[in-house]
Amino acid sequence: MPIVEFSRVAKSFGSTRAVDDLSFAIERGEFFSLLGPSGCGKTTTLRLLAGLEAADTGDIRIHGERANQIPPYERKLGMVFQSYALFPHLTVARNVAFGLERRQVPGREIPGRVARALETVRLEPAEFGPRRPIELSGGQRQRVALARALVLEPDILLLDEPLGAIDLKLRRAMQLELKQLNRSLGVTFVYVTHDQDEALAMSDRIAVMHGGRIVQIGSPAETYENPRTEFVATFIGESNLFSGHAIQRVGSEWEVASTLGTSFKVPHRAGLLPGTRVRIAVRPEWMNLFPADQVPAGENALTGIVEQVVYQGEMMRVIVMPAAGRPITVAVRNEGQLTRPLGWSVGDTVAACWRPEDAELLEEE
Amino acid sequence: MKRRNSLWLTAVVWAVYLFLHLPILVLVAFSFNQSKYSVTWTGFTLDWYRQLAERTDILRGLRASLIVGGASTVIAAVFGTMLALALARRRFPGRRALDGLLYLPIMTPEIIAGISLLSLFVTLKIPLGLTTIAIAHVAFNIGFVAIVVRARLEGMDRSLEEASLMLGADELTTFRRVTVPQLWPGILAGALLAFTMSFDDYVITSLVSGTGSSTLPVVVYSMVRRNVEPTVNAISTLILVATSLLIWAADRLSRERPPAGERSGDRRLSHPAPMARVK
Repeated sequence: MPIVEFSRVAKSFGSTRAVDDLSFAIERGEFFSLLGPSGCGKTTTLRLLAGLEAADTGDIRIHGERANQIPPYERKLGMVFQSYALFPHLTVARNVAFGLERRQVPGREIPGRVARALETVRLEPAEFGPRRPIELSGGQRQRVALARALVLEPDILLLDEPLGAIDLKLRRAMQLELKQLNRSLGVTFVYVTHDQDEALAMSDRIAVMHGGRIVQIGSPAETYENPRTEFVATFIGESNLFSGHAIQRVGSEWEVASTLGTSFKVPHRAGLLPGTRVRIAVRPEWMNLFPADQVPAGENALTGIVEQVVYQGEMMRVIVMPAAGRPITVAVRNEGQLTRPLGWSVGDTVAACWRPEDAELLEEE
Repeated sequence: MKRRNSLWLTAVVWAVYLFLHLPILVLVAFSFNQSKYSVTWTGFTLDWYRQLAERTDILRGLRASLIVGGASTVIAAVFGTMLALALARRRFPGRRALDGLLYLPIMTPEIIAGISLLSLFVTLKIPLGLTTIAIAHVAFNIGFVAIVVRARLEGMDRSLEEASLMLGADELTTFRRVTVPQLWPGILAGALLAFTMSFDDYVITSLVSGTGSSTLPVVVYSMVRRNVEPTVNAISTLILVATSLLIWAADRLSRERPPAGERSGDRRLSHPAPMARVK
């Protein structure tokens, strides 16, 4: 039985549909991310689960039980807010104790549990307990907010962009820690973010949201390597997009006449007929560059002129301008520009090549 | 060119401040003047302050002012806070209109407010006295408290209350344990301001006070009508000092950092003190 289940949930604010016909399920212990740009409905979805917003229609089930009418203070969910929402008038220890006091935990048990919770998030209880939130750094506030939610031992922890206000290096470290907490405590994490790297790095499954709907749901590899729509292909990572019409089937592949005037091959998929409109996405790192007359057999190729070479450390991004259409990006592994420099420089004519199976056929949105 | 401009401006600032404060300085100075006829300086004395202690009319006025001020402040603080919460948090028909009307009692000329309250009391056959004064003061003080508290509410992070709900506190507990502690400086600032307004008020009070029971400003005014005694300067100086301290305290409280703490930009909370009443 899924620990959380949304079926056909909708929520509007005035005339704005924040969330539309939303259905998904989260399994126990999962690290589940809601990923999307601002205004996509991800935060509303989390707040509906928290009980801070009421659904207009549809069912929200927690532990299999319909929760629509249960107020937030009886749902027993942990929540970490984007602003951390630490009570400024209370010390760190009192902040963490707040939930225990509300649940009638005996007074003598509280200090011990507060200390253990602070230790879980690697804050020294004796040092940080007596401080006020205002005296803490962003990263420390984040940890206190986490401890305050975890001290109640919730089955489900909701996190609303908790790393948004933290600098990059600390964010990377916190990502690992959160993932570890999710594993070691067995708590189900529901994580809202607009940061694709974060979602890919931590999640068991990602629900990509756009315009109040989930457009794709799956593991990080599935969402990155099999994007279903143009939105997913371009929101998560980068993609070169091509379109055209299916001409004919040749074995396991279809020949497509592209709008750029060339033709390329795509793998067969059910529903393809001669004349069907086809859109494909190709990741920059799945393309390669060759001299225009040395295209490997069986690969698709698009010839163009090198417009720019961008040095990025582990990768090199080569921007190629084809005769027609938009520039395409090819990412090449950097094997050392001082010892084994790239064979291409600005102005050279090259062929950007990819294998038919590395292109993703996109659905119409 | 720029330098000359700024010199000129500085001069204007000084002139304006002198114009505003010189009369007050003269009053304060003459409260320490030996001469009974306050036109020439004849030497320093504290006699007039000592005499205050024996003036039963002034002491009665002071007592009335404290009672009216205390009662109207407490009542206005409670209802003003509730009003601010309702206007900021609840969505109900007519809320926007009510929001605008909040400023009306503050902007209504006092003479009009006084007359309308007087006719209300007369119509309802409520005998004039300390009670009617207190009711009148509650009427204009609620707005002050509501505006100050409202400003504080707007600077408050809503997620604090939501965090409390998520931690198992119901609405009432959340209000008591999170909302009120966050609003407290605002409520206190509003209350101090309200007390000052009540303590200072003459026009409305004189209209609804009837005979016999009068607050300090009304007593002082009737003294001045007879003759400007040096004791009037002394009591005026004391009132000035007391109300300045209250306003200063209210200002300090309402400028305290917004409760969210981590908010960027020092968002000063506005308060209505500069919007001096139409006197």
